[in-house]
Amino acid sequence: MGAGSAVRADAWRRFLRNRLAVIGLIIVCGLLLTAILAPMLAPYDPSKQDLPSKRTPPGKRYVLGADEFGRDILSRIIYGTRVALLVGTVSVGIALGLGLLFGILSGYMGGTVDALISRGLEILLAFPYLLLAIAVVSALGPGVLNTTLAVGIWAMPAFTRIIRASVLSLKDLDYVQAARAIGVPTQAILLRHILPNFLPTLIVYSTLYMANAILVEAALSFLGLGVQPPTASWGLMVATGRDFLLTAPHITTIPGLAIMLAVLGFNLLGDGLRDALDPKLRT
Amino acid sequence: MFLYAFRRLLLAIPVILGVTFAVMLTIELIPGDPVTLMLGEYATKESVAHVRQALGLDKPLPVRYVQYLSNLARGDLGRSIREGRPVSQELADVWPETVKLTTAALVIAVVFGVLAGVISAVWPNSFFDGVVRLLSLFGLSMPVFWTGLTLIILFSLWLQWLPVGGTGSLRHLILPAITLSLPSLAMVARMTRSSVLEVLREDYIRTARAKGVREQIVVLKHGLRNACIPIVTLLGLQVGQLLGGAVLTETVFAWPGMGRLIVRAIFARDYILLQGAILVFALAFVVINLIVDLSYAAFDPRVSRQ
Repeated sequence: MGAGSAVRADAWRRFLRNRLAVIGLIIVCGLLLTAILAPMLAPYDPSKQDLPSKRTPPGKRYVLGADEFGRDILSRIIYGTRVALLVGTVSVGIALGLGLLFGILSGYMGGTVDALISRGLEILLAFPYLLLAIAVVSALGPGVLNTTLAVGIWAMPAFTRIIRASVLSLKDLDYVQAARAIGVPTQAILLRHILPNFLPTLIVYSTLYMANAILVEAALSFLGLGVQPPTASWGLMVATGRDFLLTAPHITTIPGLAIMLAVLGFNLLGDGLRDALDPKLRT
Repeated sequence: MFLYAFRRLLLAIPVILGVTFAVMLTIELIPGDPVTLMLGEYATKESVAHVRQALGLDKPLPVRYVQYLSNLARGDLGRSIREGRPVSQELADVWPETVKLTTAALVIAVVFGVLAGVISAVWPNSFFDGVVRLLSLFGLSMPVFWTGLTLIILFSLWLQWLPVGGTGSLRHLILPAITLSLPSLAMVARMTRSSVLEVLREDYIRTARAKGVREQIVVLKHGLRNACIPIVTLLGLQVGQLLGGAVLTETVFAWPGMGRLIVRAIFARDYILLQGAILVFALAFVVINLIVDLSYAAFDPRVSRQ
């Protein structure tokens, strides 16, 4: 695999030359570390109420201020990283898994299977943006698990389409045809000849969809349909400050910055990976 | 062209039927008995049975689907559980507000997005280009509901220039429309920049310049016009984004549209109203995509010949 590692080293060099991409990588690594080390990093228990200091603005005691129950906002943001990354990763995993299943079936088998799956996708894609996730969550009920499912189902059509298109374009290539002609089993063709070729695309889309998944989770939680209190979710934190916009705007504005930073990090990393892994896709 | 339009219309029919079926099916997903959930635990057995019968939930699924479709064809979306009013009427009351908001946001996104994108593409790597690219990154990363609340804090509470929420005058529209437009504006600016950059590298642009066509004409007539197809495709998708984002924007600004109605219906467990609203949203999106597809044919004669 000498050629493979050379290609990888090349992509890595391209990635490191891109300043924004490196910033994205640093932000994402920072988020991961924050999520893992949350109990060590958080100065207070995220659910401990300190009613006398409720709505305290940022200061010495509470660096980012306290919320309407006197809970430390910094600690809640730190623990909120866990929710955002967990819902994001698992939902993108669901979308990726279902996308691989339906995309490969659709692209490789063609015919009736393809027609059925494609019509099904068109139906799901007819629900504008957030509406599909809202519909799923309104039927299943709120909570971390249902939110993750809703975000995963929301992202699934996009993944299926990308994978189907990649499989379609790859399966007619000469070396794939040749492999089939000499009797290589379908499974091996898919695993050895087709999947590795669109792996870079999948990595890029998964990263960019992490950004979207974090936004959708935050939006559902903001509406009160997603993660429920007292769990610390960034979207929920923004929502709870709505009644105190004039007297304590920090309750709303600060958690929003956390959402923005996380989304920005995954967007920058995704853009950087795309430019490095697949220069053709560059926009 | 007509054949293409006809075929495209024909293809939309199964999607519309499927969307209707999917929306009807959401009530099946609800864990437990939807009627008891809707009426609350103190509902009498008679009223539960009555509502179940009125909704046709006592009948098998295919029968219900046909019933639902035939009601739909007559514009009957059922009655809302809470208010008892026809859902179609409730939706008709709030729909214009959502159209107003999303149209305003779309106009802002297109005008400023295309403008910023074209200027960026004409002077790539300039200071302006850098600012546009940085701002569009932020535009894509800011959650709509947070942008809205931050703008309220800045322009309504501190500066007191604009109203906090509600509807009525053009001044009420400014903050919600800007809030809703920002992510789309960022996308449009990015897409315009990259497609105009690509087009400006083409041979026919060099030819036009070589024969002495003025630069403005080269950029606007040859450049922008040929960069239109990807931009129009994106706009079709962005309308979906805007309709979805309207749910958030309307909630933040107390804007009395479809989005707020959906959230209200969910919390009131008014599944009939919710179904109707989601169905109308989805059908509107299908129709808009249809229009976008047909407009390709107008922009690019090659499309209809395929």
